[in-house]
Amino acid sequence: MEQPKRKWTMVIDLDKCTGCAACVVACHAENNVPIVTDQEVARGRGQHWIRIERYWVGEYPHLEARFLPLLCQHCDNAPCEPVCPVYASVHSEREGLNLQVYNRCIGTRYCANNCPYKVRFFNWYDPVFPEPQEQQLNPDVTVRSAGVMEKCTFCVQRIRRAENAALAQGQPLHDGDVVPACVQTCPTGALVFGDLYDHESQVAKLLEPNLRKFRLFEHLGTSPSVYYLKGGASRVNA
Amino acid sequence: MSTHETEYPVWRRPVLEDESLEEQAEHLRRRHLLLDPRYPWDMNDDVLKPMYQTSRTFWVLFVALFGLVMMGVVTWGFQIYWGLGITGLNRPINWGLFLVNTVYFIGIGHAGTFISAALRVMKVEWRRPISRAAETVTLFALGAAALSIFMHLGRLWKAYWMLPYPNQRQLWPNFHSPLMWDFMAILTYLTGSVLFVYLGLLPDLAMARDHTRGWRHRFYSILALGWRGTEKEWAHLETTLNIFSYVIIPVMFSVHTIVSWDFAMALQPGWNSTIFGPYFIIGALYSGVAAVIIVMAIIRKGMRLQYFLRDEHFNGMAMFLLLLTFAWAYFYFNDYIAPWYHGEPAMKVIFDLFRRGWAAPLWFLMLFGNILLPAATLWQRRVRRSIPALVVIAIFVQIGMYLERYLIVPVFLGYNELPFSWGIFVPRAGVILTIAALAFVFLGYLVFSRFFPLIPAWEILEGQILQGLRRIGRALLPTRTDVH
Repeated sequence: MEQPKRKWTMVIDLDKCTGCAACVVACHAENNVPIVTDQEVARGRGQHWIRIERYWVGEYPHLEARFLPLLCQHCDNAPCEPVCPVYASVHSEREGLNLQVYNRCIGTRYCANNCPYKVRFFNWYDPVFPEPQEQQLNPDVTVRSAGVMEKCTFCVQRIRRAENAALAQGQPLHDGDVVPACVQTCPTGALVFGDLYDHESQVAKLLEPNLRKFRLFEHLGTSPSVYYLKGGASRVNA
Repeated sequence: MSTHETEYPVWRRPVLEDESLEEQAEHLRRRHLLLDPRYPWDMNDDVLKPMYQTSRTFWVLFVALFGLVMMGVVTWGFQIYWGLGITGLNRPINWGLFLVNTVYFIGIGHAGTFISAALRVMKVEWRRPISRAAETVTLFALGAAALSIFMHLGRLWKAYWMLPYPNQRQLWPNFHSPLMWDFMAILTYLTGSVLFVYLGLLPDLAMARDHTRGWRHRFYSILALGWRGTEKEWAHLETTLNIFSYVIIPVMFSVHTIVSWDFAMALQPGWNSTIFGPYFIIGALYSGVAAVIIVMAIIRKGMRLQYFLRDEHFNGMAMFLLLLTFAWAYFYFNDYIAPWYHGEPAMKVIFDLFRRGWAAPLWFLMLFGNILLPAATLWQRRVRRSIPALVVIAIFVQIGMYLERYLIVPVFLGYNELPFSWGIFVPRAGVILTIAALAFVFLGYLVFSRFFPLIPAWEILEGQILQGLRRIGRALLPTRTDVH
């Protein structure tokens, strides 16, 4: 059965984000993202498909911490896609997803250079999962080898599983059937995921004329699928 | 050898009815290669002799360069085995020395074709002895550029996926990608350059065939394609070389424009500049001409080619270099001033970095090597005719142009629109591979020089036949020979 056109969208409420990084941990566990050594992180090779960017605003003692969870923005007009010489970075027109085909990637790393959000991660070495980590690898997700690019997939394996389950039951996919790992884990509910084409969905309702909504680097014309709701109330005294 | 001191080669008509003109004629002969003909057999000897000699210096150089190349091969092996992590690349800086090398070597590769083809089209006579030496630089520099691209790949063994070969899944390469254009452009340019060098070599290969015995004779017999030197063959060669000259110039321009598009088409601040096309072409010619000057000085000394490579050639190349200095400076500041005026936040950070940050030494050294030193010295004839001075200037231009590419690739990449993701690049294994790539160019040149004549004897002979001296009033003028 042909699946309907969808527009997977994430809404991140910056007022609700506490910067706890539970989403980062959940993503690592779900997507077999390798955990590199501290030395490698210091060299700028940390791999986190979603990360919390922390910015300080103001001068001491009136400091504010601002947290910005950043993941692949799944741009409609993604800069990473046209530059790949072998079509490893491709667009799923039906779902509005930006896909990375690991098997096809030859590692030119042009996509990562051209990504203004810097959310693409290259496997500089073969990933190492020390015992007992290898016991909890997710069988639904490929473990990437050295020399290929990887990035957030909006947990495409969960999207597939939910779609297949709905198909087996002969029912349409309901809002809330697909929950990416980061969304599932967020303790404050700052992350909301859903189909924007479904007008009843939570994301569609959140984005209905909302003065707080914005997308990152809108001036670049990338048209991301991740919307942020402007924060300003979160204060952390430093 | 001594015969040409007393007797004139057959075609030099005695124009000197007046003995007092002899001094003038001698002066012109000393200056201009084309007015100082020798017997063809003497010239052939001079061209062929260095090919047979392998002095101790040659072997020392050969072993050293070969060692460096092997070191690179081993490092590359490690890199393929372990992953690109050993190169020191990191997240915001996904491109490092390999891409710098690619741009640098393609840049060097530009001069050969330009000197050979463009000056041929414009009928500049002094190009004759240096055309092949320059084309050979192109050949090996392009080889090194192609190698650098392969070194850069994360999964080298899948590199053939960039080729549009028929396959079961009907997968094609992505022709939207500037890297794809780059790949195609370099391939075209490399093929064209090899053919261009080879065509120009044909008469000299035939000459070498006729003057050698043993394996060399067989080697040149195969390569000379049965060249006999008939009127028809020469006509064909002339036509083909002319067509090639005209065709390869636009190819050359397109190649470096496309290389610049690898950067200019991206969203990275500092890269997305519309002037990058012509700016990169001028930069390429600039570093290329400087490289040819260095190579000319080396082969002149190393292969005792003082008869062929004279002050006039170095002077001409130096003037060309000075012209390119001004052109490059214009483009550089144009590329600099527009974003500065625009005031893009990331660019402001980069400019501060250049002015007084950690990149300041690199930036000022680049400006010194690329603008101050050449522009301050090359306008003097004394400097232009001094080979050591020219070599020093050319080396500074090389350093400056390498730094310019270095600043564009790993330094610009460190500063994007997200301050959280800024980074600094510390080159590691890439340094060894860079040295190895440079050694590869030198090694290739060294080996080439023992198998192929680096001086196009036929082009010089042709030029000498066409040039003559004529007395106009009391002065002697170099003229085009009129055939009686």
